[in-house]
Amino acid sequence: MTALLDIDQLLDTLESGLRQILQARGVDDPVLIGIRTGGVWLADVLGKRLGIAQPFGELDISFYRDDFSRIGLNPRVMPSSLPFDTEGRDIILIDDVIMSGRTIRAAMNEIFDYGRPASIILATLIDMGARELPIQPDVVGRALLTLEAHQRVKLRGPEPLRIEVQESGQ
Amino acid sequence: MTANDPSPNHLQLTRDGQLRHFLTLDGLGQPLLTDILDTADSFIEVGERSIKKVPLLRGRTVVNLFFESSTRTRSTFELAAKRLSADVLNLDISTSATSKGESLSDTLLNLEAMASDMFVVRHSQSGAPHFIAESVTPGVAIINAGDGRHAHPTQAMLDMLTIRQHKGRFEGLKVAIVGDVLHSRVARSQIRALNVLGAEEVRVIAPGTLLPRDVEDLGCTVEYDMARGMKDLDVVIMLRLQKERMEGALLPSEREFYRLYGLNQEKLGLAKPDCIVMHPGPINRGVEIESAVADGPQSVILNQVTNGIAIRMAVMSMAMGGQMAERQQRQQEQQEGRA
Repeated sequence: MTALLDIDQLLDTLESGLRQILQARGVDDPVLIGIRTGGVWLADVLGKRLGIAQPFGELDISFYRDDFSRIGLNPRVMPSSLPFDTEGRDIILIDDVIMSGRTIRAAMNEIFDYGRPASIILATLIDMGARELPIQPDVVGRALLTLEAHQRVKLRGPEPLRIEVQESGQ
Repeated sequence: MTANDPSPNHLQLTRDGQLRHFLTLDGLGQPLLTDILDTADSFIEVGERSIKKVPLLRGRTVVNLFFESSTRTRSTFELAAKRLSADVLNLDISTSATSKGESLSDTLLNLEAMASDMFVVRHSQSGAPHFIAESVTPGVAIINAGDGRHAHPTQAMLDMLTIRQHKGRFEGLKVAIVGDVLHSRVARSQIRALNVLGAEEVRVIAPGTLLPRDVEDLGCTVEYDMARGMKDLDVVIMLRLQKERMEGALLPSEREFYRLYGLNQEKLGLAKPDCIVMHPGPINRGVEIESAVADGPQSVILNQVTNGIAIRMAVMSMAMGGQMAERQQRQQEQQEGRA
């Protein structure tokens, strides 16, 4: 499993996938937005790899979660910060793990409250499957569709970035 | 804090310690107060966006139930609820049903029948929001927007947010509250909050006639002389002279009060050079504060207003969230009971 989840290899895959899609779409001035917390670490790394000078944005989606009516407000909410105007921009949205797709729905709702972007490309380090919404990443570091139901993947960081497989819900 | 105050926490908090009403700061610990401030910080950022709205309370109905008039508090609660996407109903009760003889309980039953989810209550009677929280249908959150001389917890918390923004911390701070402490529900809540959050010293500066009996028991020191009281201050909070509450001859004259306890440049000069000046508003210029100070570089009075919206968004969403989490738990337990 550890060999499978070599972080540098996954980042290489993400980087080259992103370069391809940016070129195919003719996007030459994208901005990066990471979803807290793992996505922000990845936005930092990928921004440097892709040579994007613009500082990346950080999104905390707590105010947009669809389970507020079930569990209440996340007590550790932090301010979102988008240090650029999103209106008309091409956005690369980054998260560490995608499963149900609900986080991405919330993130897109939040992004649109800042303005109307020209496009959004979704990049995730790991795709766990188990989707509940029709949302698919454009670029994936690695698809891990074969984990057991009780296993969870978690990105740890920021220095160094590493991937952990956790046993949960015994 | 105060010995005769029954702990309100069985009412304010869910079993796992989440807020479900916001009635008083009594009994709330430092972690929860810090959570409120942190959450409010995130809402400040929302207020700076082009679309100043988040969907947390979408489809919920918030009723502003003001038995006592207030422009600033009511409008910031209204704006806060709207920025959380709630529908807001403003009821000015003094011009409404109670004047036709309807009892408070009947008014509430009618509002609950309209499927309200939250009441923001201001009342001249101490304990009114507490009474409503005890009798309201489970699932409806009550927020205290000021009750009698008892408490004004959202005002105190927005003051704490303003202090933290400018000073970055509470440890080591010397804070003075100046003026009509006797009639002030804000002062009580502020003293409580400052003590819980770890301020080094809370000082009240006032004439003896405008201090409640045993004021030290609230957790503060007392100074009757303003020049002495201003020494070493990091924060000075001026209170409004509550003219409409003033009964009898507690003061020789407004002019005399201003001479002794009004904040002017000269007295402010006795505090630390970076001392900030706060006032809950509305300001009586020339009665408790000089215009040059109120509008001066050390004044953070307008920051307080902006922070008021963020604090109210924080407690409204936290209390509503607590109510909904509890509702979910109840349903789960009912299902398990049936199974």
